[in-house]
Amino acid sequence: MEYFLELFLGGLTRGSIYALIALGYTMVYGIIQLINFAHGEIYMIGAFVALIVSGVLTIYGFSGVSILVLAALIAMVYAAAYGYTLERIAYRPLRNAPRLSPLISAIGMSLFLQNYVLLAQTPDFLPFPQLIPEFDFMEPVAHIIGSAELVILITSTLTMVGLTVLIKYTRIGKAMRATQQDMTMSRLVGVNVDRVISITFIIGSVLAAIGGVLVGSYIGQINFYIGFMAGVKAFTAAVLGGIGNIPGAALGGLVLGITESLAAGYISSAYEDVFAFGVLVLILILRPAGLLGKALKQKV
Amino acid sequence: MKHFRFRKLMLAAVLAAAVPSLGLAADTLKIGVAGPHTGDLAPYGIPTKEAAEMVAADFNAKGGVLGKQVELVSLDDQCKPEIATNVATKLVSEGVKVVIGHVCSGATKAALGIYQEAGVITVSPSATNPPLTQSGEYKNFYRTIAPDDMQGKLAATFATDKLGAKKIAIIHDKGDYGKGFADFAQQFVEQGGKAKIVMYEGITPGAMDYSAVVQKLRKEGADAVIFGGYHPEASKLVGQMKKKRVDVPFIGPDGVKGEGFLEIAGKNAEGVYATGPMDVSKYEQNKMAREAYSKKFGKEPGTFFDQGYAAMQAVLTAIEAAGGTDYAALGKALKSNFVETTVGKIKFDEQGDAEGVGFSVYQVKDGKFAEVQ
Repeated sequence: MEYFLELFLGGLTRGSIYALIALGYTMVYGIIQLINFAHGEIYMIGAFVALIVSGVLTIYGFSGVSILVLAALIAMVYAAAYGYTLERIAYRPLRNAPRLSPLISAIGMSLFLQNYVLLAQTPDFLPFPQLIPEFDFMEPVAHIIGSAELVILITSTLTMVGLTVLIKYTRIGKAMRATQQDMTMSRLVGVNVDRVISITFIIGSVLAAIGGVLVGSYIGQINFYIGFMAGVKAFTAAVLGGIGNIPGAALGGLVLGITESLAAGYISSAYEDVFAFGVLVLILILRPAGLLGKALKQKV
Repeated sequence: MKHFRFRKLMLAAVLAAAVPSLGLAADTLKIGVAGPHTGDLAPYGIPTKEAAEMVAADFNAKGGVLGKQVELVSLDDQCKPEIATNVATKLVSEGVKVVIGHVCSGATKAALGIYQEAGVITVSPSATNPPLTQSGEYKNFYRTIAPDDMQGKLAATFATDKLGAKKIAIIHDKGDYGKGFADFAQQFVEQGGKAKIVMYEGITPGAMDYSAVVQKLRKEGADAVIFGGYHPEASKLVGQMKKKRVDVPFIGPDGVKGEGFLEIAGKNAEGVYATGPMDVSKYEQNKMAREAYSKKFGKEPGTFFDQGYAAMQAVLTAIEAAGGTDYAALGKALKSNFVETTVGKIKFDEQGDAEGVGFSVYQVKDGKFAEVQ
């Protein structure tokens, strides 16, 4: 039982990171039906910015939580700028192009950003400082959950709650929902659709940056390639939950993380990916639109 | 008549094609250097490239080899087998007869067939996968580093005899190098009969975290971990072991014993064991080479620098003894003459392994790897 709990919490931690990144995929897809393949790179850039900022702040004598908060904030600002620019440069000009064009553009941007960081920074793994403060629990709890996991779980939960509130109860949230339902009609009734789309990208990027900072601090190393695998997993999570559906992305992330962790613990880590994608296939066979996705009705 | 003219044309064409290549081959001796020069494994490839450049410069300053200046053709394979085959093809087409490399076992294996067909001798400073020499498949392959089974054996006996481990967990990264090392460690632990293997498992490089594996270590009650793989995964593992309070000795291969690991693992590196090539700093040649490096680059040379330097020394000396790069004569020279190198006085045995090189166990003490006595 204890072993199950350990694995479950490990999976929950991993899953909540997947969920944070998956939200960005799903929000963008919901609004403009585009899989933003460069989203994983935004997460990676967030982690890099946090690393650089924390280095600078350490030199200036900051310490502990203040570094974590400042590094995370600056990483969010940078990631938001990247997300916004990405949409302006790579997707907006292709808004009315055939569906395949923005997809190719997205893959191109992903490769571009990866290689840009590779050349501008370094191809090596970099040590990432432990920004999340270590406060020790007593045994027998210490080995089951540590401060890092706790901070990750709390942060991602708060972020998702905040996002839900934003979408349900604010003007911009209403505009986002309207745009998602019918872009042309929203424009006719006075919604500034371009602004809504930009804001969607910014929110998604901010969430990805939070994920990047948390993961870097949790694992202690980053390199230019971390966005790829995280992106693939988060995209899988988004599809699993029903692409375009926000609670679905969160649920998909958690299901994926917990599946991986249990598969690794009870069967073998060599097969954790096999099980992750196996579950995806299984769920899509049973529910083609994903766990919480609704089957699309043809608009007539 | 027409037929005759065509023959003439063909002859002219063949001559025209042959002349420039003859002209090129006459003035320099081309030596290929292949390994990861970019990417996250670059720290394992660049030192060899630098070593080869230094040896070449030394020989060139003394008037070259057999009166020819040594010219290096350095190509980057990023340790990826598919890139390594391209690199090999390119080196062969450039007329290279001897290659220093490749660095990673997987990449080396991919490239060797191409070299063998072209009659190119390869001397690797770091490809430790045993079948490369032991299978007898690659007659053109030599190395200045001891093979993995030797390393796996050392890790296994160290864990059982020195650390007194009774329940050993073996983890690997599913790659040629990591799984190779892990399999040998497993084989020798089983043969020794002093300890049980409670867990044998592959992990996925680049996974978000390894907490599930670490929890399994605890559940199985492992009292030593032998890990086959490179430093990024190793540092993730030791970090999470520390977090999850799994306090057992961790033994890695030479892919862990390097600056990269110390840098990334930080304070978690303390106490970690790794096998690695024997301490060769006592040899005169080694001292000289390292001093020259520090003077030139203002830092300490990286992993495999000594082996890369020795490979280049052995190759150039053998070319001088053989009077050229003829495949058979060069092979014979490599196997019969002892050479003073940065890894000691070596020659190669029938299989292509260097006699007189081996491994020791190191442990991280105060942020540095120190040989365990």
